[in-house]
Amino acid sequence: MSANHLDELAQDVIRQALAAGATDAECMISEGDEFSANVRMREIENLKEAGSRGLGLRILAGKRTGSSYTSDLSREGVAHLVKSAIELAGITTEDPHAGLPDPDEFGSVSGDLKLYSPAVAGLDTALKIETARRAECAALDFDPRIANSDGASFDSSTGRHIFANSRGFAGQYRTSYCSLSATPVARDGESMERDYWFTMARGFEGLEAPEDVGRTAARRALRRLNAVKVETRKVPVVFEPRTARSLLDNIYEAVHGMSIYRHESFLVDKLGESVASDLVTVIDDGTLPGLFGTSPFDDEGVPSRRTTVIERGVLKSYLLNTYAARKLGMKTTGNASRGITGNAGIGHGNLYLEAGVQTPEQILAAIPDGFYVTELMGFGVNIVTGDYSRGAAGLWIRNGELAFPVHEVTIAGNLIEMLRGIEAVAGDLEFRGSIAAPTIKIGEMTVGGR
Amino acid sequence: MLVWSYMQFSDSVFAVRFGISRSGLESYLAEALSQGGDYADLYFEYLLTSSISLDESIVKSATQGVSMGVGIRVIAGERTGYAYSDDLSPDKIRKAAGVAAHIAAAPAKIARFDLNEGRRHNLYPVLTAPTETAFSDRVELVKRADRAARAADPRVFQVQAYYADNLRQVLVATSEGVLTLDRQPLARLGVSAIARQNGGPPQRGHAGGGGRVELDFFQHEKTPEHFAAEAVREAIVMLDAVDAPAGEMTVVLGPGWPGILLHEAVGHGLEADFNRKGVSAFSGRIGQKVASELCTVIDDGTIGSRRGSLNVDDEGHPTKRNVLIENGVLRGYLQDKLSSTLMRSESTGSGRRESYAHIPMPRMTNTFMLAGQSDPDEIVRSVPKGIYCRNFGGGQVDITSGNFVFSASESYFIEDGKLTRPVRNLTLIGNGPEALKYVSMVGNDLKLDEGVGVCGKDGQSVPVGVGIPTIKIDRMTVGGRA
Repeated sequence: MSANHLDELAQDVIRQALAAGATDAECMISEGDEFSANVRMREIENLKEAGSRGLGLRILAGKRTGSSYTSDLSREGVAHLVKSAIELAGITTEDPHAGLPDPDEFGSVSGDLKLYSPAVAGLDTALKIETARRAECAALDFDPRIANSDGASFDSSTGRHIFANSRGFAGQYRTSYCSLSATPVARDGESMERDYWFTMARGFEGLEAPEDVGRTAARRALRRLNAVKVETRKVPVVFEPRTARSLLDNIYEAVHGMSIYRHESFLVDKLGESVASDLVTVIDDGTLPGLFGTSPFDDEGVPSRRTTVIERGVLKSYLLNTYAARKLGMKTTGNASRGITGNAGIGHGNLYLEAGVQTPEQILAAIPDGFYVTELMGFGVNIVTGDYSRGAAGLWIRNGELAFPVHEVTIAGNLIEMLRGIEAVAGDLEFRGSIAAPTIKIGEMTVGGR
Repeated sequence: MLVWSYMQFSDSVFAVRFGISRSGLESYLAEALSQGGDYADLYFEYLLTSSISLDESIVKSATQGVSMGVGIRVIAGERTGYAYSDDLSPDKIRKAAGVAAHIAAAPAKIARFDLNEGRRHNLYPVLTAPTETAFSDRVELVKRADRAARAADPRVFQVQAYYADNLRQVLVATSEGVLTLDRQPLARLGVSAIARQNGGPPQRGHAGGGGRVELDFFQHEKTPEHFAAEAVREAIVMLDAVDAPAGEMTVVLGPGWPGILLHEAVGHGLEADFNRKGVSAFSGRIGQKVASELCTVIDDGTIGSRRGSLNVDDEGHPTKRNVLIENGVLRGYLQDKLSSTLMRSESTGSGRRESYAHIPMPRMTNTFMLAGQSDPDEIVRSVPKGIYCRNFGGGQVDITSGNFVFSASESYFIEDGKLTRPVRNLTLIGNGPEALKYVSMVGNDLKLDEGVGVCGKDGQSVPVGVGIPTIKIDRMTVGGRA
């Protein structure tokens, strides 16, 4: 359907909902095309191509909420959708904090946010397959110990997002996406390891060279070969950017407005207090052009913005949607996020730890004995208490250098102490997705092994 | 007794509501194979979902949805072409078939598709799926859970309850002539409680369950009060928890959900796609000893009403009971259509997919270890010093190195053969082909989990079950910080 048709459909759904008894309504429509090509052992393995769309409706009947979604955009499909949402509002409970944002909060970031590259839709299939093939070949040709592969893939998509509500907000934007990844398998005797590397961008031209992706993946798999398990001990732990990002995931969960009002976070009631080392500044910015956490408005029609979450160690703001903000007596931070189904939850824009000044090498150089984490596994993080225990693999640091690979160990601590224990932040910040962090060093954690 | 009888194709939602006919199916398959190829299949899906969530004693959200579509796959040698459409009109289906056909680049084969309705189980004879019941009855479940959890202990200060169900109707038609229909109900109820005492740190407990059941299951069998009591019990126990130790030690796993160990340690590594490609730590190890002889591990998609069970897999094959490890020896892989063809083997009924928009892969169903001889109490008594894990969060595996982790949400120290202090969150880590070699006792108390598992692989989520009796593992790395 054309953009205008979808806009009209959204308005029509809202009209029908109001006519059926809703006091307010919001409608979200997403439409998109996806493509994916996998190449394995230099041959095409999978090719997938399709388009789909969906429509979600949330209605308020006074202070009660009901929601529904459908992939059937026919007249009957939409009529059923409206009826369904109205019915559901009849069985939920009155909630004094439910409702749309205040009228003065609606809006959209102006200017070109560079979220859409029209060329993505027309990319030649042969070029996309060849790009994946080049990445995999570069990995396979990098070293004789790379004799196998779990393949390389090229994915792309384009989408259109429409959001409108009964208070007069209507907005839409288009997005596009390309990504390339490679997963080679390295083998040396009995030791077999794999690793991956990837690049993603809004347009094809923004991707890193396929050969670089393949070689980086190969180097990462090779350096894991013949890993050992170390003895249990307490040492400094360095997170490379790929694993440091996961600590930002943990911070995000801890400043998530829903966790805060439910008292399910170790950062409850800590606004204005020092919660991390003064090297730590965490920003959430939904307005950075071209990045993956960027959008002109959030999923309640409130403009995206830049929020300082932690400033030199001091907790400055939680991430909020309208509902969590009302619960806490605060203002939304424009972080409402939802899919086609359900109520608006909370998401992040581009959430990142600000870069420091040291190089990763300088950080390592100061460590006589420590652990450099390149992979984390499992779900052993408790945001309520901050307890942290995860599986890990990486390289052992000896006398300031990466000495030998380590696997099958755990790292453990508590996030409250870990954030305070950040002793160094490097300058190697780069965005590979909507969460980013540079290399960081935590003074001491328990490494569990033999 | 009334049982839900097999739906005939002509009575299915696809025929009645969308006008799909046998001749239509045959023509779409012909279109899919028009450029050549060895095999094609069509997967039609019509999915109704509902969910309800309660927080702060308020039913804050209730959602219903409908999604539908068809996925079309063409296999040519090792290559797969896939396309899908969420519009079930003939021209859109034919167009998707044409896109999937592009993978094959050989002269068109002339094929005839004589579709016959295939054999399958009747594992969930649910007359009225929960999705088809009055919403008010389902809302009552979360309200009951909330009341029960709050009444259970004054230290509880937050309760959340959620309920979700879906009813999936599927139709699979293949170029080998198989035509299968299934109606797959699924429901689950979950409760999470947070407790605090004397201004100390709060602790969370969680419990939930369900299956391919009628609503009556939650009203009378596994009630909201049952799950609420369990969630509160776990939260209260954890209030007194102490820091977990770190290093290698003896670990005893309690029965039921700790079977997630099997899912991570061996299940994923035995999925045939990884083994066909030689990228699994278990590749080429059939017939080798990979566990102690006390261990027999099964993946069984045919257990009545279980969350991981299916009458037919998502490629139209009846599910089976598959022996993965027998008395410690690796016996077989979990096969789907593509891998079994390339490995000259048979499908084990393990081809699954998240939805019509996804390519099927070999997946687990209900994975468990058979019961042994030991009395569970005797197992704990035999440990002078170790850790007892009763409940877990999630797990993860790197199938190539074989390293896996899983996170214990409720565990205890074992001291002189007795459970003593509860231990805060800890992660267990091991290596798939090695970890089960250290199993020295297996209990006689096999228990399947309550029915909440979701397994993720390559971005696709499917419901699964796990189970295990009490087992003792002499050596495993425990990741605490004390």
